[in-house]
Amino acid sequence: MKNRDLANTMAIFKREFLSYFNSPVLYVIVVIFLLAAMGFAFFFGRFLDSDNASLTQAFFFWHPWIYIVLAPAVGMRMWSEEHRLGTFELLMTMPLSPWQAIIGKFIASALVWAIGLALTFSIVLTVCWLGDPDPGPIMTGYAASYLYALGCLAVTSAASAYTRSQVVCFIVSVALCILLTLIGYPGIVDTVVRTLPGSLESVVRFVSYLSFMDHFYEMSKGILVIRDVLYFVSVIVIALVVTNMGLRSKRA
Amino acid sequence: MIQVQNLRKVFGSKVAVDDVSFTVEKGQVLGFLGPNGAGKSTSMRMVTGYFRPTAGSIKIGGVDMLEEPELAKRSLGYLPENAPLYSDMTVASFLGFCAEMRGLNGAAKAKAIDRVLDLCFLHKVRNQSVDTLSKGYRHRTCFAQSIIHDPEVLILDEPTDGLDPNQKHEIRNLIKHMGETKAIIFSTHILEEVEAACTRAMIIDRGKVVADGTPAQLKKLVPGCNTLDEVFRSITRSDLEK
Repeated sequence: MKNRDLANTMAIFKREFLSYFNSPVLYVIVVIFLLAAMGFAFFFGRFLDSDNASLTQAFFFWHPWIYIVLAPAVGMRMWSEEHRLGTFELLMTMPLSPWQAIIGKFIASALVWAIGLALTFSIVLTVCWLGDPDPGPIMTGYAASYLYALGCLAVTSAASAYTRSQVVCFIVSVALCILLTLIGYPGIVDTVVRTLPGSLESVVRFVSYLSFMDHFYEMSKGILVIRDVLYFVSVIVIALVVTNMGLRSKRA
Repeated sequence: MIQVQNLRKVFGSKVAVDDVSFTVEKGQVLGFLGPNGAGKSTSMRMVTGYFRPTAGSIKIGGVDMLEEPELAKRSLGYLPENAPLYSDMTVASFLGFCAEMRGLNGAAKAKAIDRVLDLCFLHKVRNQSVDTLSKGYRHRTCFAQSIIHDPEVLILDEPTDGLDPNQKHEIRNLIKHMGETKAIIFSTHILEEVEAACTRAMIIDRGKVVADGTPAQLKKLVPGCNTLDEVFRSITRSDLEK
């Protein structure tokens, strides 16, 4: 029985993963991602001028802003395409549990993103060639960046479960990702804390603690705390549970 | 093989299916008739485990669909209305995916694909993208998917919809042939099809079963009516009426 569960998840994963490479959208997104990641690092991050053998400020700093647009673009077809084509009905009458499908699809999108992120390796080579970087922060930076992307993808998965339109899914997911990013953005949090009465500060701090940003920063600086990893894992779990609820509501 | 009891489905305040019961044994072909919106598709979607019924019970080969859906779905093949397909796959890769979902791998998978390509006359388009298929091929590809694991129970929602007369004839023969060893339910608007392929027919109107019997029995149901068409029109209400 266990083998069968795994085989189902694998079959879904395989189909989904291959279908990403069948569509031109993925290639466009990966190219945009690489251009944006490098462009931000060299032009806005002043990677070369900073004279600092570190990727934290110049490179990883910009990733959340790229992800809030590009992760939904990758994930928007996850379930909305199934709804639109009607294949969702076919899938749900096959002998698999919705969870096997949800996880299979999510892993496929996660692997696609791992490939995209791995293609930024040239900047690691560059920084190693120009200086003598500390490998720790680079590794945690990549971990933080990847977890951030997975968080955005999971949010997109949840949004796509509720709509048959990829456009609606994209817009809703981008809005949710921006929200989850901005409520923890230091500049915004500080302003809100200053304008609201002091008694509400703990509430604001708590809300900002729920944001992606808060947990991303710590990790990208080189402090890999289990707490932050667990945070992203729980975001993913919650988003996938919401996905399951969305799929169930379509079958009610 | 299929036991359905007191099936009921309510969407909001609208009763889509109201107290429908039937059983289909191996070797029987049950035809679902009824006007559009009568609840045929909804009933089939519940039997296949896609929709959860508001009330009632469904058993496929003795396994309860509501309690053990994954087990019950194994012995079931389903052709949904409009024959949905993954548009970015080829016919063979789509069928391969469906075979894998049914637990077929390696040689068994290749054999199953060849078998259904044969049965549904799909060899010519084997490596063609689903996107570029004509309606007849799309329909048959989805039909092929439903029989890839040689299921004991087949549920077909308008299997001949959109096909030309030759294709209709082929599919009808295929249903009739498979009906000798399987339990089949199919829905249709074409009344000759019922006479040609069904051992039993049910007419559903506004969620309720209004007639049930062999095609010959149904024809004699209403005095003064000699064809299934006349019977159908006299016992179901058109949605054009107020």
